[in-house]
Amino acid sequence: MKWTWFHRLGSPKWFFEKSGKWLPWLAWVSIGLLTTGVVWGLAFAPPDYLQGNSYRIIFIHVPSAFLAQACYVTMAVAGAVGLVWKMKLADMAAKCCAPIGASFTILALLTGAIWGKPTWGTWWEWDARLTSMLILLFLYLGFIALESAIDNVQTAAKACAVLALVGLVNIPIIKYSVEWWNTLHQPATLKLTEKPSMAPEMLVPLLICIAGFYCFFLVVFLYRLRNEILWRERRTQWVRLWMKRFQ
Amino acid sequence: MGLLSAFQLIVKRDLLLAFRRRAEIVNPLIFFLLVASLFPLGITPERKMLALIAPGVIWVAALLAVMLSLDQLFKHDYDDGSLSLLVLSPVPLFWLALAKVLVHWLVSGALLLLFAPILALMLHLPDAAWWPMLASLLLGTPLLSLIGAIGAALTVGLKKGGVLLSLLVLPLNIPVLIFGSGAVIAATQALPYEGQLLWLAVLLVLGITLAPFAIAAGLRISVSE
Repeated sequence: MKWTWFHRLGSPKWFFEKSGKWLPWLAWVSIGLLTTGVVWGLAFAPPDYLQGNSYRIIFIHVPSAFLAQACYVTMAVAGAVGLVWKMKLADMAAKCCAPIGASFTILALLTGAIWGKPTWGTWWEWDARLTSMLILLFLYLGFIALESAIDNVQTAAKACAVLALVGLVNIPIIKYSVEWWNTLHQPATLKLTEKPSMAPEMLVPLLICIAGFYCFFLVVFLYRLRNEILWRERRTQWVRLWMKRFQ
Repeated sequence: MGLLSAFQLIVKRDLLLAFRRRAEIVNPLIFFLLVASLFPLGITPERKMLALIAPGVIWVAALLAVMLSLDQLFKHDYDDGSLSLLVLSPVPLFWLALAKVLVHWLVSGALLLLFAPILALMLHLPDAAWWPMLASLLLGTPLLSLIGAIGAALTVGLKKGGVLLSLLVLPLNIPVLIFGSGAVIAATQALPYEGQLLWLAVLLVLGITLAPFAIAAGLRISVSE
């Protein structure tokens, strides 16, 4: 097997050119998926037999909670790749993931609170899943704070990568918190290994929403990453040539 | 030099240094007692209420007191250059880091253990919860030192690392706090508390085996700056 593609992926210039071509496609796909999923979920999916219409926030809540964790794993993996193979692009990717992940975590916590009020009768409960999500937010904020505290770009990337890897222990805690502890939060709605407990009329729009959120993440991520590439490579010839087009 | 003799040498040196700087050992202890005595003043001196909050108060105070002493863990070695020598030495860095963490625990967490009974008395902790409290602190405070040392290693090169250090370390300490105070709370309610203690033991084993590598990586990064 040839590994040249992996090394080419590590070249900021090559990645910048390629991702410029992917971006419009991804943006259109994410707009399409998000509109379909959200409109279907909020307007056409049948009301829940127990929760009525209030369950509909699931179409925002579940995908954002998914992304909050996926972002952290992406960040940690990118950090590890940066530590091991010293790829500049991986360092930049880890840095770009953090604010997006923090935003998704805040969105998941907020929509969870809004959902909790009608179903549990409270905005916030110190249950295992909620608390571990809050810890996840603190981990993101710590990552961002450490990144901004160290001036040297490479040192900052390395230190942040170590921190992200250490924080990775929280992810299985979040994942299994609802199974290990008997708490208020309902168990996972979607499982890979089992038949879904949801009716297909609700499940299909949810899956579309999740796919849409992933695409949206990729779009925002690529935008941030491209910005970061331009900034860090600002002294190179190719960036200067590229910037000339806008003058 | 053999691994064991290197370990002993670091432990001896750090203990000696620690006792030459007695204020740094004593201050966190005073802080521990001070923080805990704020709660009866701030909430209520009523006996029942205090007994209810005592497990959490003792654990949070211990966590904050250990936090306070973390800032200095690698600072002096970093400032006088001996940290660079440790990094360059042929003995594996994670091993030396483990020795330093052991000393840090001895002069912070282990000393807190001696003062914890005083707090338990002041806060009217039920008698049944005394041994679980000591056991949970015995298992939990080394974890606080291990996890904290990762943060201290990452921030040692920074001028104003103190607040940042707490921001990095406190979220990681939350599981220790939950299991530690959970064991004491269970004991005050005459429930089985062995589960929480076993969880702490599991975390401690994981911490001793994995954290030194993260500490060593952090030290390398900070020294190379």
